[in-house]
Amino acid sequence: MNAALEVTGLAVRTTAGVPVLDDVSFAVAPGEVLALVGESGSGKTTAGLAPLGHFRRGLAVSGGRITVCPRGEDSVDVLALDTAARRKLRGSTVAYIPQDPALSLNPALRIGLQIAEVLETHGFPGSVEDRVAEVLAEVGLPADPAYRRRYPHQLSGGQQQRVGIAMAFACRPAVVVLDEPTTGLDVVTQALVLKTVRALTAEHGVAALYITHDLAVVAEIADRVAVMYHGSIVECGPAASVLRSPSHAYTRRLLDAVPDPDAVVAPPPAAEPVLATKGVTVSYGQHVVLRGVDLSVARGECLLLLGESGSGKTTLSQCIAGLTSSYSGTISLAGTGLAASTRQRSDEQRRRIQYVFQSPFSSLNPRKTVAQSIEVPLTRLTSMSRAERRERVAEVLDRVRLGRAPADRLPEQLSGGERQRAAIARALVTTPDVLVCDEVTSALDVSVQATIVELLGELRRELGMAMLFVTHNIALAGEVADRIAVLQGGAIVEEGSVRSVLDAPSHAYTRELLAATPRL
Amino acid sequence: MTAVELPGTVTEAAPPARSGGLFRTAWGFPQAKIGTGLTLVVVLIALLGPWLGPVLTGHTTTDFAGKPFKPDGVAGTDGLGRDVLTRFLAGGTTLLLYAVLATALGIVLGALLGMVAGYGGGRLDSLLMRGNDVLLSFPQLVIALLAIAVIGPEGWLLVLVIGLTHAPRTARVARQATVAVRGQDYIRAAEMYAVPRSRILLREILPNITGPLMVEIGLRLTYSIGYIASLSFLGLGIQPPSADWGLMINENRIALVVQPWGVLLPVLAIAALTVGTNLVADALASAAAGRKREARA
Repeated sequence: MNAALEVTGLAVRTTAGVPVLDDVSFAVAPGEVLALVGESGSGKTTAGLAPLGHFRRGLAVSGGRITVCPRGEDSVDVLALDTAARRKLRGSTVAYIPQDPALSLNPALRIGLQIAEVLETHGFPGSVEDRVAEVLAEVGLPADPAYRRRYPHQLSGGQQQRVGIAMAFACRPAVVVLDEPTTGLDVVTQALVLKTVRALTAEHGVAALYITHDLAVVAEIADRVAVMYHGSIVECGPAASVLRSPSHAYTRRLLDAVPDPDAVVAPPPAAEPVLATKGVTVSYGQHVVLRGVDLSVARGECLLLLGESGSGKTTLSQCIAGLTSSYSGTISLAGTGLAASTRQRSDEQRRRIQYVFQSPFSSLNPRKTVAQSIEVPLTRLTSMSRAERRERVAEVLDRVRLGRAPADRLPEQLSGGERQRAAIARALVTTPDVLVCDEVTSALDVSVQATIVELLGELRRELGMAMLFVTHNIALAGEVADRIAVLQGGAIVEEGSVRSVLDAPSHAYTRELLAATPRL
Repeated sequence: MTAVELPGTVTEAAPPARSGGLFRTAWGFPQAKIGTGLTLVVVLIALLGPWLGPVLTGHTTTDFAGKPFKPDGVAGTDGLGRDVLTRFLAGGTTLLLYAVLATALGIVLGALLGMVAGYGGGRLDSLLMRGNDVLLSFPQLVIALLAIAVIGPEGWLLVLVIGLTHAPRTARVARQATVAVRGQDYIRAAEMYAVPRSRILLREILPNITGPLMVEIGLRLTYSIGYIASLSFLGLGIQPPSADWGLMINENRIALVVQPWGVLLPVLAIAALTVGTNLVADALASAAAGRKREARA
């Protein structure tokens, strides 16, 4: 069978002459899913968008061929087409499903109209209305007229993404390009979306190019995998064989970085709780976010707080850090009750509880150097002299394996992983007893995520501090935690040692989460 | 497929550093260069003029150089026979000084109000901004006319009134920018360490809203120049016999046909100055918007 999409020897450079892609070749047959895997900056998005004839500003093709084969017609050389012809190609023959459905749907148009618009633009033969209903049913959404009259904001993230998929599949394309379409979704929704994509491509013989950095997702969906590194494909083959026995060193490293839900660290010695919450309840008007949460973390222990977006896990961690003061119930540190607001707590209490924010891209002031940011807790909470502070900052930068070079740089000059290390350094600089980590890995690439998780584990052992690791990713549990607490709808539904929860989850919600988590 | 040399650990590529600061980016726009050029020329005239005038023409701003409205000397004489060129060269200093002072007052006060409202939020925000709306509903020039009519044409009053009426306008911009920054985690981090609120405003927020504030400075400077010149023209600003561009336009407009220099020179200078500062503000605004786009991407 002829490939629906074939890329041969594609080379792309920036207009300044820096190579972005070098001799990239791959082919996708109808009904096949090829996953394009790599870190940020590996060129996977550039290679993935090439079949659409789209190159970001400042990039130019310097060689190679891209051919797509529309249904029942001769193949077309995409690079030889002019702008108008490429535009006609997009959506009809080659469709694109973007990363964030919320940004790609027009918030002012009803979803039925948006799907119909795609069909009308490409001159769909036959009844547009029937096709809209049909394609909505295909992606597992209700196809009734009332549903079609909804606006994007009336849908959940998973439904929005399925509308995006419906738009892409509406014109019965030969090729679809999916650009990390499940990144923003929780695992249960992700599993559903992956299933939808898998079924649609197989059923309609569509060639799919799936761009991702998540190897666990690859294992779920892809027939074949192409691993990209520094603008080249370093390994390409059937998914099973690439994931089971990778031949290239880079692929092995990527695979090692994927958190393994079955890994388990040794149980820690039981100790007195250093941090405890009792009946913590938060509500905004009618909306209850937390309903009487009881938790305790012992000295040197790591508790993993697991929950989906909206479960209240960030609210809880912010209550502990004193950032949300409108709660009832008590939070105590080593047996002493804490004031709700951080401003009413003592310097000593503030020093002992530290917090690492989710995104290192917003937790460091862009106008302050790394050293200036790390110095803030020292200036505020200790009486160290300037020279002592400088010394301590250098020490802690070494401790997070960042070295002293970045001290005088601005955050924008650091990579995401380096920024997160700097943010962790700021939290560690006062040697806290409790470290609250709020989704600290979710903004990072898998391999970087692995190094941060590893770092946190080492630091915990070195410094003997307690850790509350808040995440939605159950796969991290075995890697970092001693115990797990599962938060759903603002209440703890399950709590226990990592082993017992993963092996024999007692609550239906935990079981559902475990089942939906993609595995290698 | 080509072989790739692997480094010791999987490393991320550090993002390319954003090229230069706001001014660097703004300088890339042609209007920045034209605007700066125009502004510089007028500023040089205003600053060096008082000293240069007597040297070039041999006259002071008030001595009688010849007959009224005669094209004697380079640019002729005005209605009292004073040398127009000397008066023109000396007439920009006060205008420029007052405009800069009024702008500084307006920006400092407005930025402070806006940041407090934006960061404080809630009732404080509503209270400050609704009060602001009330002040905004009066045209700036009307308030200035009223104050000067009641108290008299004093220099300090001119600066005070124009500065104060700038403040609510700047406050809106500063508040908007502050609200965008307030939700960032680095502000929450500072709160967590109980950094005093005043320090959060000055050290965490202010450096991150300089983009819109720079635009405001350019824009408010343009308006200040316009208002002070207008008030002088109306006789409510700088008083005779001082040499001043706004005043000169008024004094010489009756002889526009026979001796146009007395009107033309100050008109050209004020026009060049306002257009120049406005172009710079425009370039800064484009640069700030571009950076915002970049940050979103």
